[in-house]
Amino acid sequence: MFIQSYLTALGKYLQLMGRVFSVPERFRVFWKQYLKEMTQLGVDSIGIVLLISFFIGAVICIQIKLNIQSAWMPNWTSGYVTREIFLLEFSSSIMCLILSGKVGSNIASEIGTMRVTQQIDALEIMGVNSASFLILPKIAGLMTMIPILVIFSTISGFLGAYATAYVAHIITPAHLTEGLQHDFNVWFFWMGVIKSFFFAFIIASVSSYYGYRVEGGSFEVGKASTDAVVASSMLILFSDIFLTNILS
Amino acid sequence: MIQLRGISKTFEDGRTVLRDISTDFHQGNTNLIIGQSGSGKTVLMKCIVGLFTPSHGQVLYDGRDFVTMNKRERTMLRREMGMIFQSAALFDSMSVLENVMFPLDMFSFDSYKERRRRAQYCLDRVNLQDAGDKFPGEISGGMQKRVAIARAIALNPKYLFCDEPNSGLDPKTSLVIDELIHSITKEYGMTTIINTHDMNSVMGIGEHILYIYQGENAWEGTKDEVIHSDNERLNSFIFASDLFRKVKEVNK
Repeated sequence: MFIQSYLTALGKYLQLMGRVFSVPERFRVFWKQYLKEMTQLGVDSIGIVLLISFFIGAVICIQIKLNIQSAWMPNWTSGYVTREIFLLEFSSSIMCLILSGKVGSNIASEIGTMRVTQQIDALEIMGVNSASFLILPKIAGLMTMIPILVIFSTISGFLGAYATAYVAHIITPAHLTEGLQHDFNVWFFWMGVIKSFFFAFIIASVSSYYGYRVEGGSFEVGKASTDAVVASSMLILFSDIFLTNILS
Repeated sequence: MIQLRGISKTFEDGRTVLRDISTDFHQGNTNLIIGQSGSGKTVLMKCIVGLFTPSHGQVLYDGRDFVTMNKRERTMLRREMGMIFQSAALFDSMSVLENVMFPLDMFSFDSYKERRRRAQYCLDRVNLQDAGDKFPGEISGGMQKRVAIARAIALNPKYLFCDEPNSGLDPKTSLVIDELIHSITKEYGMTTIINTHDMNSVMGIGEHILYIYQGENAWEGTKDEVIHSDNERLNSFIFASDLFRKVKEVNK
């Protein structure tokens, strides 16, 4: 029964995606929606990404310096570990987990509200492919903005680490810089960007699915929003294992 | 003209909501579907516009069966339809003018200037000349319904559907909406179907009335025939209030 319900949900999700990935009826309308979604889902998330990354960058640097680094370790260890954590996991996976809460709930509640207020029915009656019209710009918009958010997150994390050096004097800026530059592998950067593309697709498509299938009223919209965040977070975590394995 | 032939609808859980409904909705008329809450009139409307697929029967749009059409034919036919929803169903993120322009943006090949002019004309037609820049959340329920009418007529539809257009409106605004729908129906020569349980609408604009009782076609006729009908179920529904009972007695 449990497996059957999951397979049914998967089938409905794939059916919805089949409708989503069709050629837009009017490219001028799609383009307008695409720009709007890039702003709403991406640009409006820059603030929270910068803020969280800055503090986590500072905290990681402090933790490594004070609790892990010892006399027999090189001076660049704190900077090196901070860089690797941000490039490999934090800026892609953890940041996308955080974004699944902000962006995912936003998408599910927006589409869910459109469903319960008959706005989706209105689109269907007009002969508009509502799934493609509403969901495709969200997927495309978030997938476009995610690499930028990943880069912003990494830079902000490094700035947080430098704050511990310049403001708190926990580490010297020279040691931090040495660690950030030590044995740099550019593929790690691309690995984070590639993973974030997949996570962006998961956040936008899964949250849209939960919003699109809402039936009822405001209670169901709230439930769909929560379910969307839980499901997309779980899928990000599971897919992170496979993607890390494949890309490493 | 829209013709229904033996429409039945049974849901997956086994509930049968519509049973063998047949009728003709003529072009240029305001056709009303009336019935108590839960009688099946909303399901019937959804079957007519294609949001539900009937279990049996045909929905013929000028002879074209909507039920058996392929996806492309359905999409093309839908562009000949306009619909006004109970909640108006305006797009919250768009201004009033953008809402009215939306069907034109999607399906018209006219220039932006032409589309905007057409949208403004539709707003003028529903007496909302100055509301174009406002958002749906900033205007009253009656104004939202009028915007919905303007959006519905933007593409010159052949068929207009209204799902309880007077719901939540005061009697005076309801009359304005009824009159607007009636005059637009005549002006554009549309086949209009209105789903309502507002008796003022029945008496005011009901040129053809279909009364649904427990999912069946229980009575059909005009607003004048309603007054003189001997159908007990219809009378108990229409003349439930003292006011309408007195109207019937005066007209006898």
